Amino acid sequence: MRKRCIIVAAALLLTGCDGNLSTLTPAGPVASEIALLWWIMLAGSGAITILMIVLVSLSLGRPRATSVRFWTHGMGLAFSMVILTSLLAVGLWIGERILPRDDGAVAVQAHAWQWGWTFTHEGPDGVPVETDDMIHIPAVEPVDVLITSEDVIHAFWVPQLAGKMDAIPGRTNRARLQADEPGQYEGLCAEFCGIGHARMRFSVQAHATWPPDLTSDGAEE
Amino acid sequence: MATGSDIGRGRGMTDTTSRPIDTSAAQGAISADLPRNPPQPALGLHRELSKVWANDRGLWGQITAVNHTTLGLRFMATAFVFFAIGGILSMLIRAQLATPQGAFLDTELYNQIFTMHGSIMMFLFAIPMLEGLGIWLLPKLLGTRDMAFPRLTALGYWCYLFGGLIMLTALLFGVAPHDGWFMYTPLSSAQHSPGINADVWLLGVTFVEISAIAAAVEITVTILRQRAPGMKLTEMPLFAWYMLGTSAMMLVGFPPLIAGSVLLELERAFDWPFFDPARGGDPLLWQHLFWLFGHPEVYIIFLPAAGAMSMIIPVMCRTTILGYGAIVAAVLGLVFLSFGLWVHHMFTVGIPHMALAFFSAASVLVAVPTAVQVFAWIGTMWKGHPQLHLPMYHILGFFLTFVMGGLTGVMLAIVPFNWQAHDTAFVTAHLHYVLIGGFVFPMMAAASYWMPLISGKQRVKGLGEAAFWVILLGFHGTFFIMHLTGLLGMPRRIDVYPDNPEWIWLNLTSSIFSFVLTIGFAMFALDMILQLLLGKRERRDPWSAPTLQWAMPLPTPSYNFASLPTARHLARDADSVILQLARGEGALAGAPRDRRELLVTSVGAAKPDHVAILPGNTALPLLLSASIGIFVLLMLAGLYGLAGAALAPVSILIWYWARGMTPQGDLRPVEIAPDLVLPVSHRATQSLGQTGLIAFLVANGTLFASLLFGLAFLSVVTPGPTPPPAEANTPATLFGIAVLSLSSVLATLISRRFSQQAAFAGALFNLVGLAAIVLLALTQMDNPTIHARDALRAAMAGYLALHLLTAAGMAAFTYVQFARSEINPTTGGAFPAWRAWQSYTVAVTLIALVVLIGQEVG
Repeated sequence: MRKRCIIVAAALLLTGCDGNLSTLTPAGPVASEIALLWWIMLAGSGAITILMIVLVSLSLGRPRATSVRFWTHGMGLAFSMVILTSLLAVGLWIGERILPRDDGAVAVQAHAWQWGWTFTHEGPDGVPVETDDMIHIPAVEPVDVLITSEDVIHAFWVPQLAGKMDAIPGRTNRARLQADEPGQYEGLCAEFCGIGHARMRFSVQAHATWPPDLTSDGAEE
Repeated sequence: MATGSDIGRGRGMTDTTSRPIDTSAAQGAISADLPRNPPQPALGLHRELSKVWANDRGLWGQITAVNHTTLGLRFMATAFVFFAIGGILSMLIRAQLATPQGAFLDTELYNQIFTMHGSIMMFLFAIPMLEGLGIWLLPKLLGTRDMAFPRLTALGYWCYLFGGLIMLTALLFGVAPHDGWFMYTPLSSAQHSPGINADVWLLGVTFVEISAIAAAVEITVTILRQRAPGMKLTEMPLFAWYMLGTSAMMLVGFPPLIAGSVLLELERAFDWPFFDPARGGDPLLWQHLFWLFGHPEVYIIFLPAAGAMSMIIPVMCRTTILGYGAIVAAVLGLVFLSFGLWVHHMFTVGIPHMALAFFSAASVLVAVPTAVQVFAWIGTMWKGHPQLHLPMYHILGFFLTFVMGGLTGVMLAIVPFNWQAHDTAFVTAHLHYVLIGGFVFPMMAAASYWMPLISGKQRVKGLGEAAFWVILLGFHGTFFIMHLTGLLGMPRRIDVYPDNPEWIWLNLTSSIFSFVLTIGFAMFALDMILQLLLGKRERRDPWSAPTLQWAMPLPTPSYNFASLPTARHLARDADSVILQLARGEGALAGAPRDRRELLVTSVGAAKPDHVAILPGNTALPLLLSASIGIFVLLMLAGLYGLAGAALAPVSILIWYWARGMTPQGDLRPVEIAPDLVLPVSHRATQSLGQTGLIAFLVANGTLFASLLFGLAFLSVVTPGPTPPPAEANTPATLFGIAVLSLSSVLATLISRRFSQQAAFAGALFNLVGLAAIVLLALTQMDNPTIHARDALRAAMAGYLALHLLTAAGMAAFTYVQFARSEINPTTGGAFPAWRAWQSYTVAVTLIALVVLIGQEVG
């Protein structure tokens, strides 16, 4: 069964892990780093799973002399520690690289409510511009989204650009995202927030010029 | 070879199946064994013991039963029924998600259904199932006749049943919880979840958790104090080590959940703003308290299953376990580590990356002890000769599924990946791999392994294997692909996805295979039922196992052992000791004093210490849990005044419960073996009850620590508004505090003296302390609805008041025992219990006051 699943999944991967919410078709450096991390971990996990299947299969024969320490210390401690610490190091390194830092990146506000989003960015004349359910960001450069909530906990997530960050009443959270190219991306609320949760979607418009000049309907001029 | 044949019948001399497992290494202790009792006719002993230990007849017998076999099986059967109900709910979820615009359920009902699916599977299936397994199996495995506190077993069961029924009834009436099984506030606050849905969860689950604390206390005591003489702690069967770890985790893991639930219910009912950011509260405090429980919970569920595996694998492989010491160390490591990684459920709440790094490392590290166990099991299989009987099928299913679930768990512990995968179908897939792989497959192995002991029958051949293959296919078909669904961006807990055609075939596939999975579980249930109804009679010790639970007739008698096993009966082929024990050659043979007796041993070396006298059948547990149930229902109805009044019958019943422990009857020492005379429990230095009280105080202390954690968290981490200045009148407050601390210290000092006057004075001092704290609360403390800090202080005052009131009650109870001449210097009655409680009370009172004063001064 697993084999068939793998074949089906592989077939899908060949046709592209498409969809505008896919973490596997990243459109920016933050999401790309995480996607790379995923492919590394998938390969490692696949190898370990096969190793375990082989070890269990080999056990199904006649009894054989075997050393206790090989299993408890060798495999249980040493083998797992080596793999886990190296993975942890890679994870922390990537985590540090994609973290928001104080480098004067453009900041945009995202305010979540039941059930929708209000986004605010600084307009061309320095006046804040408010938009509903469509967040405007500059393309190519890093953007910090300052995330707040009106009522309950929501989460801001644009899978193709970065990981998610919760919107928590009483706090302001910062998430860094970056789009490689101008264009439209899709986002959603990832934390269950009541009846309207499934419909709490939004779009991201990444602009080549910043600040963008918006017409009254929110589209770029 | 015997591979695949039924072990119970294929037992030829050359068959490897029947080769006794070589356990000679474990038999060094026999020289120091107890003297042997003279043999008696087994049938006479059986009649004598059955008269004392059996349940009453008929339906009444079910109401009054306190026997661990009856209740353990009932726990497991009830949990299986809840598993079926939770499974049906999951079918509804999968039906809704099979198509992108499912119109099968409306969103409100869908939210109730996924919340109830998770809550039922966690709180009404997994936890009660493992409690039931522990309660049913441990006494048989350790060589004793019952759990330490039989009435508590029954109380736990009824609380579980009533709490579960309250939650199910709410679902039938369409008012079930609908905020997800981890009940994040403010979504679950009174403002955003009006109606009783959230109250059903908070009160229902807390009601059910009485059974978890009760089970944890008595499992701890039973393992530490009731092992067969000579069964050293360091040599006991691994399942006991696993359950000891589990119960320790339950004692420390459940109180934060109970504290959180009580606080959230107080917020909902009385507007005390613990979690309201506008008034100094913090929604993250709920998440910390919830996951402080919620992550250890995963290991609470996994450890007993792993314990069962550690028992079954060596027997299936005709060998002994590889790396006993390493496995014990791994269990202890898991118990410790599992409390350091709850934050990995909160990687996206905005905690600084360096703090996340710590919790990420701990989460990764916890895979090491798990790996040690898995490799020790595989090594055991290498060392031995695995026989592919049905339990082994499920164990192989475990290896495949759990390894994959563990690997995705490690992935989720890596912070950047977690930011993407969190709250998506990837997590849903992961947790089902871990819980079905790490709990359900081992439990099915356990069921097929131990079923002969329950039913006394052989299974019907073929059906169990078929069920296994259907379950394996259905499970991986449903959940393997769900990892991808999550990576393609599908979040948890949505009911429609009209804009995402790329998810359709993934969800449809999962839905189709989930019905295969359900058919598999139905076949498994059918297999169990057919075995009970149609199975041929099974022989004793069908697996030729070396552990004590097989050293008894099938199905098991109510008293387990006609005489209790001692060192010479341990780690032997069970078949060879059955007759000796049945003939009364072990310790404490029969029931010559016409009462339920068992042997209590020392914690480390299991030296015989005293003879415990256990209570008989009684309806008191049912009455007590029903009266708690009435309190819960009144709280649900919002009738808080009446609910307060309903605590009166609860207190009266607890008083009667305690009266049942009063020393009475024949208190003379008992000869358990030739020339070995032991005192009875009422005259023991450290009775089971006292050990149990210590275990309970550990849980209680964790609850208190959770409140302190709340205070510290709100004042250090929470960004909200600072509290308004205290309105207290300083001299009056200081006077009240002085009276409170002085009276609780005096009560404690006086509890060192063993006398009727001391008990009287102790009750009085506690009442003075109680009056002081009530007056302080009414006249000096700030209104608890204004700011979260004051709400927590009020909650703390309530906690102290409850303890002072209980201490006064215990002192009064002791006074009554003195007045009736029931206690004297050799028979302490409730006096040691009061003393321990009093010491705890003064400790928490003084700590709370120091913290409070520190907060005001600092």
